[in-house]
Amino acid sequence: MTAPRKIALSTTPTPEALAALRLGDVVYLDGTIYTAREGVYMRALEKNANIPMELPAESAANFHCSPAATINEDGTFTLGAVTATASFRFAKWIGPWMERSGAKLIIGKGGMTSADYKRDFVPNGAVYLTTVGYGTGALLGRGVQAVKAVHWNEELGLAQAMWVLECSGMGPFIVASDLQGNCLFERENAKIAPGLAAAYEGTRPATLKRYGETDDRTDEVI
Amino acid sequence: MIPIDLIQSTAEMLMDKAAIEIPQDYLDGLRATAAVEDGDLSSFVLQAMLENYEAAKEDRRAMCGDTGCPRWYVKMGNEAQIEGGPIALEEALRRATANATNGVPLRPNRVHPLWRTDHDNNVGINAPEIEYGYEPGGNWIDLTTVHKGGLFGTDYRMLFPSDGIEGIKRFYLDSLVAFGKRGLACQPAIIGIGLGGSKDTCMVLGKRAACLRTVGDRNPDPQIAKLEEEFKELGNSIGMGAMGFVGKSMVIDCHIEVGYCHTGGMQMSVHAFCLSSRRAVARIHADGQVEHRTDPDWFTPYQRRETVGWNDAHAQAAE
Repeated sequence: MTAPRKIALSTTPTPEALAALRLGDVVYLDGTIYTAREGVYMRALEKNANIPMELPAESAANFHCSPAATINEDGTFTLGAVTATASFRFAKWIGPWMERSGAKLIIGKGGMTSADYKRDFVPNGAVYLTTVGYGTGALLGRGVQAVKAVHWNEELGLAQAMWVLECSGMGPFIVASDLQGNCLFERENAKIAPGLAAAYEGTRPATLKRYGETDDRTDEVI
Repeated sequence: MIPIDLIQSTAEMLMDKAAIEIPQDYLDGLRATAAVEDGDLSSFVLQAMLENYEAAKEDRRAMCGDTGCPRWYVKMGNEAQIEGGPIALEEALRRATANATNGVPLRPNRVHPLWRTDHDNNVGINAPEIEYGYEPGGNWIDLTTVHKGGLFGTDYRMLFPSDGIEGIKRFYLDSLVAFGKRGLACQPAIIGIGLGGSKDTCMVLGKRAACLRTVGDRNPDPQIAKLEEEFKELGNSIGMGAMGFVGKSMVIDCHIEVGYCHTGGMQMSVHAFCLSSRRAVARIHADGQVEHRTDPDWFTPYQRRETVGWNDAHAQAAE
């Protein structure tokens, strides 16, 4: 068993630093990251709202996250744990968002497909980092030095707002795509696939099928 | 009479404990799993999780940033009396949920399903869930909060007697593999299986099996207990581990609960609790004494009774 490589990475990374990343590397981030998920994407891309940050100069790291945090009455912030949300749901916005924001690091839960990477990430020179576990919220929370701002909180609510976080050694994250668009999770799936038949031996498919198992609605499910 | 203020303050403390402190039974289970995991990436993930629990406790911050959907299980002894009655009780639990969401802080996850309205306090229409159980004797109330994730790792299927154990195994594996890829189920986890009942009961039983039983606990029916052991091993033999990486850590333990169902059917549900297994319990006695624990001890012989009356069951056991 070999331990993965550990790498410190800026949230405004150079192309060389991105090119050096390999699938499965463990990354710790320094600099500013911001949260943006469906609320921010819809507001920025579909309603054409002005993004309230200088991107990518301030940050090229988009975190698919809603922190466990609250805005205090005096306007300060209390931030506890930080955990990503599943990214596959945001595939339709990610290409346009990277073009608009110049994001080079998309950070979230569980990655996206190699088709998404090849279509949207490779042309934009971006990679995907996945959170670990996925519950290392306390460790990630420790990596946040300060909440610099919260944008669009009024419009989108705390969970969908754009949280701007100053980070130091924030991690761990795992490199889940590279500049060629290879996908760590698909690589692992392929390694696991040959053993699945043995686990399923002696089982039987359900008597009553469901639509979804057949997409032909003229089929019966019995 | 149990004072309502004590219920609310205890409930707030439980919200804090559930979010921050990993239950010892799950921690022991995860350590045992980590000791035998030999996948490179899976091992790294498990070690990071173990470090994360320490960080959470040291800093008093939530283990996971997605603090799930807080819910309540309330159990009362038959002689328990609550100041203000059940309406006051529900308000106290809703208020504790809202206060703790801002206090811990937790993520305000709960929104309206259509209008996405967010009260920023995890309280809204039918949220948090409050479920009830009763026990013969006793003037205490048990409060259990569970902060279960709200998106992945759960499924239901109508099976039939002809599907047999082979069909149950198939649906169990399908659920683990489907949600295990990329680690959507946040495994390794305690897996709960509901068998029988009606569709809603089946879901309730499976969720409770995952969230309200501790690692190492076995169903009192020896054949079901054997299935639990077998299913734990089966889940760990898929070749998949934490985050869907190559490994063998999917299931920390497997719990099965059953309910009598339609003679033609065999309903089945599968539920994955998450890596953080967030639950906290307290018993409040009528004299104001509060005892904290992490074992909900929900599935008592009374909860699993088969007979019409409880006294009938006692009489049977005596014979």
